[in-house]
This record gives sequence, C-alpha cells and structure tokens, in this order.
Amino acid sequence: MPLAKQRKLQKVSREKMMSRLVLTGAVAFAAAGFLALPSQVEAKTLRWSSQGDIATMDPYAHTESFTSNMQHHIYDPLVRRNKELQIEPALATSWTIEAPDRWRFKLRQGVKFHDGRPFTADDVVASVARLLDPAARARGNLSNVKEAVKVDDFTVDFVLNGPYPLLLNDLSGIFIMSKGWLEANNALKPGNTTTGVTTFASTNANGTGPFVLETYQPDNRTVMNVNPNWWDKPVHNITRIEFRPIKSDATRVAALLSGEIDMMAPAPLQDLARIGGADGFKVVEEPSLRLIFLGLNHRAELQAEPGKPNPMKDKRVRQALWHAIDLDTIHRRVMRAKSRNVGTMVAPPIPGYSAALDQPLPFNVDTAKKLLTEAGYPNGFKTKLNCSNDRYIADEQTCVAIAAMWTRAGITVDLKTESRATYFPLVDKGETDVYILGWATLPPMDSYSVASALLHTKSGALGGNNPNGLSDPRLDDLTKKAAVELDEPKRRAFLTEALKITRDEAYFIPLHQQPVAWAMKKNIEVPVFADEYVRLWFATVN
Amino acid sequence: MIRVLLARAAQMLMVMAAVTAVAFVIFRYVGDPVLIMSREDATPAEKAALSQALGLDQPVIVQFGRFVGRVLTGDLGNSFRNQRPVSGLIAERLPATLELVIVATVLALALGIPLGVYCALKPDSWLTRSIQTISLIGISTPTFVTGIVLILIFSVWLKWLPSFGRGDVVKLGWWTTGFLTASGLRSLVLPSVTLALFQVTLIMRLVRAEMIDVLSSDYIRYARARGLPAGYIHRKLALRNALMPVITVTGLQIGALIAFAIVTETVFQWPGMGLLFIQAVSFVDLPVMAAYLLFVGFMFVSINMAVDIIYALVDPRLRTRAA
Amino acid sequence: MTKGVITATRLGALRRAMPPAYVTMAGLVAGALLLAALFAPQIAPTNPLDLRSFNLADSEIPPFWVEGGDARFLLGTDNQGRDMLSAILYGARVSIMIGGGAVFLAAAIGVSLGLLAGYLGGRIDAVIMRIGDIILSFPTILLALLVAGLARAVTPEAANPRYVPFVLIGAIAIHEWVQYARTVRAATMVEGAREYVKAARVIGLPSARIMFRHILPNVMSPVLVIATINLAQAVLTEATLSFLGVGMPPTYPSLGTLIRIGNEFVFSGIWWIALFPALALVILVLAVNVIGDWLRDRFNPKLRSRG
Repeated sequence: MPLAKQRKLQKVSREKMMSRLVLTGAVAFAAAGFLALPSQVEAKTLRWSSQGDIATMDPYAHTESFTSNMQHHIYDPLVRRNKELQIEPALATSWTIEAPDRWRFKLRQGVKFHDGRPFTADDVVASVARLLDPAARARGNLSNVKEAVKVDDFTVDFVLNGPYPLLLNDLSGIFIMSKGWLEANNALKPGNTTTGVTTFASTNANGTGPFVLETYQPDNRTVMNVNPNWWDKPVHNITRIEFRPIKSDATRVAALLSGEIDMMAPAPLQDLARIGGADGFKVVEEPSLRLIFLGLNHRAELQAEPGKPNPMKDKRVRQALWHAIDLDTIHRRVMRAKSRNVGTMVAPPIPGYSAALDQPLPFNVDTAKKLLTEAGYPNGFKTKLNCSNDRYIADEQTCVAIAAMWTRAGITVDLKTESRATYFPLVDKGETDVYILGWATLPPMDSYSVASALLHTKSGALGGNNPNGLSDPRLDDLTKKAAVELDEPKRRAFLTEALKITRDEAYFIPLHQQPVAWAMKKNIEVPVFADEYVRLWFATVN
Repeated sequence: MIRVLLARAAQMLMVMAAVTAVAFVIFRYVGDPVLIMSREDATPAEKAALSQALGLDQPVIVQFGRFVGRVLTGDLGNSFRNQRPVSGLIAERLPATLELVIVATVLALALGIPLGVYCALKPDSWLTRSIQTISLIGISTPTFVTGIVLILIFSVWLKWLPSFGRGDVVKLGWWTTGFLTASGLRSLVLPSVTLALFQVTLIMRLVRAEMIDVLSSDYIRYARARGLPAGYIHRKLALRNALMPVITVTGLQIGALIAFAIVTETVFQWPGMGLLFIQAVSFVDLPVMAAYLLFVGFMFVSINMAVDIIYALVDPRLRTRAA
Repeated sequence: MTKGVITATRLGALRRAMPPAYVTMAGLVAGALLLAALFAPQIAPTNPLDLRSFNLADSEIPPFWVEGGDARFLLGTDNQGRDMLSAILYGARVSIMIGGGAVFLAAAIGVSLGLLAGYLGGRIDAVIMRIGDIILSFPTILLALLVAGLARAVTPEAANPRYVPFVLIGAIAIHEWVQYARTVRAATMVEGAREYVKAARVIGLPSARIMFRHILPNVMSPVLVIATINLAQAVLTEATLSFLGVGMPPTYPSLGTLIRIGNEFVFSGIWWIALFPALALVILVLAVNVIGDWLRDRFNPKLRSRG
C-alpha cells in the first residue's frame, strides 16, 4: 500500500502534488464531517464501562467481587439480594433447617439454562461439588458446607460442618452451573485464576440468568443479550449490554461525555461535578459498604528496619499513627466530601455494627507525638507504607496524604504505590508494614467476614487476609463463637465485641467509607447499591 | 542481487536467534515460573511436580531446544494474567495494531512526501519556514500529549470523533477489521492521526533532505543545463531518486510504529498488541512480554527482508546488475 | 525518538557562520531551563520531595492570576497541595538528570565500543556491530519498557524510587549507544588510516593511548551532535515511560509523572496540573532539538543510518 502510493506520487508533478495535498485535506475534512454524524444507538442497548475487566467467566475460578458482579447477569444463585439487599428466593423457592447441620432447599421448577437444558437438583449437586474441589479458587466461599445431596429432582440438602448461621448469605454469591453443559464441555473440574488452570467455562458461560453471554473478549469487550426465557419477570427493559473496560479515568470520562458509553461505574470523584453539570448526564451516589483502612505489621520486626523490635507491637504507637492522620482534610480534599470518616471496620447496615464504635481517634499531632514519646520513640521510627494505585477510590492520593501527615508527626515513611496486580500478592505474602485495604464484607454482608478473614489468627481457612501476624486469643475466641451461634442477637454481640477490641487495641486504622458514585446519561435509571454491584436487571433505558 | 539477499537473510536469522534467546531467558529466568504458577499454599511436592511438568528439571540446552520448538509451532505458553494462550491473544490483537499502523503510515506518507518536496523546492518561502517550525514542535511533543489534546478537542469539546476503542469491527475469518463500519472508521481517525504525526515529520525531513541532495547533484545540473523542463526534472529525476531512502526508512519505521503504537494504544485504549504489552508489563506477565518481543522481532525481520527485496526491484542499478 | 530524526539537512553551507537568532534564543531557553533544574533546590519555593513541605489543605489552588489563586503558589498546586512551580522545577531536574545520565552512559559505552571496533576491526568489530544491529531492530521505547518491566520482575526493589532513575538510565542507554558506536567506528576507521596514527603505531605507542589521545579528539564533534539530539529524545523517552506508569513514582515525580497525574484531572477543570508540566517538557525538548538541528546542519556529519 505505501509503495503503491509512492509510485503514484512519483507520477504527479509538483504543482499537481500541491493541489492534491489541498484536495486530500479537503476530502479528509469532509470525511470527518460526514463521519461525525452521531452513530445510531440501538434501542435499549446499555453500553457501560468500568476501570478493570473481569478475571474469568468461570464463577469458581476467582474470588473477585467485580467478576462475580458481571457473572451475576448470566448466572443465578439459589438465593439472591433484592433491591433492598435483603435475601430473597431465586433458584431455590424455599428452605427449612432439618437439623443444625442440614438445610433443605426446594428448587424452582421449569427453569431452563441458556442452552435449553432444564435446571434440576443434579445441577446444584454438581455445582457444589465443583466449587468444593480443592483446586477451585473460590472454594473458601462455601467453607462451612460439606456437600450437597439430592433428595429428589427439585429438592437438595446442604450438609454442613456444624451449625452455621450465614449459609444463605454465602449461597447468595454461589452461581449454579449446568451439569450437562459442564460434562459436555469437559469442564467438571474447576478453573483457577491463581494457578492458571482454565476450562471451557473460563471463556464461555451457560447460566439461567437474565442475560445471555454473546461475546467475551478479555480487556476489550463483553456483550450480553437479554434472556427471553428468564424464569423471573424482568423489571428491566434492556435488550443488550455492552461492557468495555477503560483503565484511565480521563479516557473513561471522555468516552461518557462524548457519548460513546452510556454509563460508567465507578466515576472518578474529581469529575463528578463536571459530569453532573454537563447537559444530559447525571451522577448517582450512595455510601458504599466498602470501608478503607490501614493494616499494620504485628510481627516481631518491621520490613523497614529488620533486626530491630517492631514499634507497632506497642498499642500507643498504633494509636499515635491513628491520631496523626487528619481524616477531615482527606475527607474534604481527597474524597471531595463524598466519603464518611469511620472508626470501626464495618459499615452501618452490616450486622455487628455499633455506632458507639464508629468514632475515629481525633486528629492531634501533639497527642501522637506524646504517645510516641511514651512508647519510647520520641524521634519517631521508620516504616514502609504500601498502597495500590488502581483499586480503591483515590487510594494513591490518600496514601501520599497519610505519608505526609505521618512525616509531620516525626515518622519516617517509605511510601510505595503500585498496581493491584503486584500490590495484592505483596500484601498476601505479608511483605508490608502498613498497607491499605478495603473491605466490604462481601459476599455475606456480615461482620463475621471481618472477624474470620482479618481478625482471626491465620490458620487454615481462618485469617485468610491476616498475613501480618495479628493474633489475639480474645478475637480468635469470639470469631469461633460467632461462627456457630444461631441466636442472632448473641451472635451479633460476639462480633461487636470483637470489633470493640480491635478498635481499643488499634489493630487496624479505619479511614473512611467509600462512596459509590456512578455517572450516566439522563435517560438511564439504575439503582445504586451499597455493595458496589451493578445490577442491570434493575435498570431501565428510557 | 541473490547474494546480497542471501547475506541479508543470514543476518536476519541471526537476529531472530538472538531475540529467541532473550525471550527464553525472560521466560525461564525472570521470576520463578513455579512460584508464579502454583497455588499460594502449594506443598513442595506439588511444586516439584509442576517443575517437572514444565520441564524445568531438564538441562538448560534441552529446555531451550524445547522452547524453540514450541515457538516454531506457535505455542507461546499461557498468559499469567488471563490464563489464555499467548498466541491466541496476539492473534486477536494483531489486526487492531496493524490496521492502525497501516493507516498511520499511509497518512504519514500522504502528508510527508508532498510537504518534504515543497520544502526542498522552495527552501526560502514562508510556508516552508512555518512547516519546519511546526514539524520541530511536532517532534518535541510527546505522543501522549498530542493524543490527550486531540481527545479533548475532537471528542469532548466538538464531539466529532470517538475517544477510545475500535468501534464496531467486522470479522473476516480470524481477522477483525474496523475498515468496514462507520464507527470503525471514525474510531481510527484520532489514534492514526496521533501515530502519524510523528511519522510525518520524519518523512518530510527525509524527503526534503534527499531532494536537496539530489537537486544539487551533477546529473540534475546537467539536465538543467540541457534545458529539460523543470517539472520533468523534479518529477522524473529528482523525486524518484529521492524516494529510494524513503522506502527504506518507511519500511523500517513500520516496525518502529508497531512498538510506538504502545503509547497511542494506551491513550486511546486501542485493543491492540501495544495495550496487551503494556498491561503485561504492569502485571509482570512474562509469557506475554516474551511473546511480544518475539513478535516484534519477527515483524522487524520480515519487514527488513521485504524492504530489501523491494529495494532490489526498484533500484535500477541493482536491477541491471541482476539482469 | 527514532534514528531517522538525525537526518542531515544539507543546506548547512549557507548558514555556517553564526547561529541564527532563533538558535541563540533556543540556547538561552535551554540554558535557563537547565540552570533552573540544576539549581531547583536553591530557587524552588518549596521542596516537593519533602512530604512536610506541602499541605493537603492547599490542594488544587489555581495559578495566581486565576480567581482563587494564591500568591504563594505562582502556578497553583496539585491534588496533594504541592506547589506546581516547585514540582515542575524538581520534575525537570529529574527528567534532565535521567536524560543526561542516559546520554552520558550511552555515549560512554558507544564511544568506547566504537573505538574498539573501528581500531581493532576483525571479530570484535563484527560482534559489536551485530549486537548493535540487533538492538537497533527494536525501537527505544519497546526496549526501555522491556528493561524497566524485567527489572521489576527480577526484583521489586527496581520500583523503589531510589533505584528507578538508574533503571531508566540503563533502559534508555541500552538502545542509544549503538548510534555513537557506529559513528565513532566509521570515524575511527578513517582516522586509523591516517599517517599520524600509522606513525604512532610504528613508534610503538600502546593502542589505548592511540585511541584515546589521538583518535578520540578527532571524532568528538559528531558525538556531541548526536548527544545533543539524543538528550531531547532521552527526555521524551523518560517522560513516556513515566506516563505509562513504569517510570518515576508520584512521590519522586519527573515531568512525565506530573503529566500522568495531571491527565487524571483534565476533565475536572483543574487544567494547570497537566498543562504546565506538559508545556515545560515541550519547551525543554524543543529548545534542545533546535540546537541539535542547528549543530547537525553546522557540522553536517553523515549521521543517517540505514538500520
């Protein structure tokens, strides 16, 4: 092509060349004008964007909430969250507790998978077996279930390890796959994003949900069409969903403002005013369930100063770090007054939350310095601060601000921010001193999630996100008690007590509750959920 | 001519061998594949089994041989990040990058050659001066700044053109093209212009320099002395000769453009290989990095060969020698 | 950023004499920027690298001439409350130090290897030049990304702000040395055939001494021309790497990092965070390019390579 062009150009004289140049320009301009006509938007197509893509199509191969969120459009769980985030029947219509360790579920009849296979108890049994396979990345999401047993075609028993109050919460995040489809495609063994095992189900999907997967091109686009045979009566009016991940905030905002996408979730806080003020667009906000806090190193030494005792073992040092953070300024400047400062580890709607605990230690550099002096560190100490820069709202900015604040309190901070891809492995390996972490208690939406994953000593399935040596026998005890307590007020009391100890000891430093902020065209109605899930089966395009 | 080409081919093979060796080193020695691929709580026995399955217990030379074998059959391993075969990922992304690069090259030639010729023939006109000033500003402005400015003007402010992605694409076998849909064509405009702008300057300067060189050569002066018409001299004698190096450089630049598209693709979220590579870099996705390196090396070698052949065909001196 | 930029314009003869006014101006601008960057710690109002020097409460103040501006911050503040003017001065300093470091490293390697190859010839020459060919097969930006990325895979410390500049210098220099090597090799071959070198060999002067004392000074002028043009390219490459997120971290920003941060705010009405660093970068590179262009025309060395 270039060569042909060159040869052609060789034949035209200089004068002609100049006129041709002008002509080319004119044609290009005209073409631009012509091409600039707005493209026809198909009726009821919703094009939306987020900052990252889903990890896989296999529901059991990952533990990422955004990926689960997308899969929820294709797959249904046995029970699901309604518009108020309360649990309601989905593929299961009713359930009874036969024994403390045996729950019986009645299944919905007449449901069909996208490929036409009927939904029966066999599918539930096969799905649970596939999820509980030791090679499944998500096996921890149903850790208290031993197995699922078929009673008849539309009845299934869940056999548990013991009394367990949160089974329904867990099940609301477990998607049911088709046994026949898995068998036909040799995908009965689960995939795993950590070990890199893939199956047919990693790139294809066959659920019972409101939308049918059409195209899944990683990092590029995911397209779904409405499922006309969905068992539920749709409240949405969408016929087609096109999802495009766009990493850069600026590009995503540009795409929305220039009309290439209809909605973005989340929307960057710094652009909310501009988008909200633009003609034809709106911003919807809601406090998220996700709380952001700083995790601390509780082991003998800090990464920053090997060979020296860890100052953070002293409660006064931990409290000093907390006192030295000016949460109000972060709230106003970094979070643009969209966040809510917190003093505890869970959001208000979560069982176990206590308003009395939800008070941050007041910002006071003098108090911080005094506590440091009392603890024997009048000249501060040296610590690492590790943060993601693409996971939470303004995470990098928050950390730079905190590093500056701590520096003013006399602490030497070695700050490093990086992409979530390298950041979370670092945190998991415990190679951090202070690290940023967001927790939304998903999928169970219960304080037990915090207690079991963050507060309990790391051992077996418990303490899975407690990589830095936090170990308090009181917390371990309360976690274990809450795990089997079927009396709800008592169970909540255990959890609240655990949260109180955590706050009194300053084991973590809570920062703020993130806002959920989405931006969209005015003609789109989507309820915003505190768990940050985008539930397009509740959306309408007008 | 055959001999020249054979010598070139040998050199190209050497380049490919070196690139393959580097890719192998990346694949094998940068980071521990076993550690990266095994579960966080894997036992030593499991790790040993994985190591054996990957053939890491074999002597290095055997491993390298296997690696070359796999590369030759198109098996470049699986991406750490999305667990899909790397060759598939590259095949999926290739059309996007190639279409972008081709359009940018055509744009660059279409603008660069006439501008260069004009600057050579009218060295002292005010237009030449402004063109040269603008071109200097052009090469001093980073591509990402150009891209952002274009998005601001044409997408956000004027709302004429899309700011990201490829628009709707049509499948032709395994190839996907954006040439056949209005949205695909519109999506191409901003990224290809951004990518071409830098190239225009290069080609323009090259054409100008070559033209000036040729115009001051003896045979052009003789032609002038013989009273041949200026148009004929410029067109038949000067431009043809001046374009020879342009072919070379343009050809070689296609390889550079493929790599340079990394920046453009990042700014415009263009789903090509560059975006794949930059994501691989930030995720430390070594198989993808190694494969991309191999691919660009391969592209370079093929383009180089193609340029050599074209050169041999077009250059009258080489042609007569061959005949 | 690519080798084709170094295309000799052969009109040089006409303007051999004195640098024209615009080159002088570019020289002044470049000089002023270099000095400002060099003495950033002395002239910048604050030290943006010192976390104590800025306050989140001062964030996003516009430049002083805009409503809401503050005389303390002439060019406004960024999203952390950092003084933009100081951030740009320090950022330019980082950019110039990395660019200059890369040029210096590339020139040192390239000149040494070029001398060796040209003087010794034979197998050493062949090996060096073939390696150069292979390296030139890959564009600067790709190699630099690869090197920076691999460094991070080898050790996370490569992303430590303290070491990033060295990683970047290496990543850029690994490509650029080849141009010097080629030029010096060609010049060395020419010089090596001259009578005085032959004479020096005859009287038994050591090779190293001949190379560095007699040949090197005679091949320095093209090296300086390449170095000037290369500086502009190296600064651009560094900016690109930082923009792509594998360069300088936000706690120790270069101009490219500042633009990357500012880019997130271009739609929020906080234009000064992106605009001023971008302007500074373009002006710096433009000034160096103007000088480099003129130098190239002035000395008119045949620098073009056919890859």
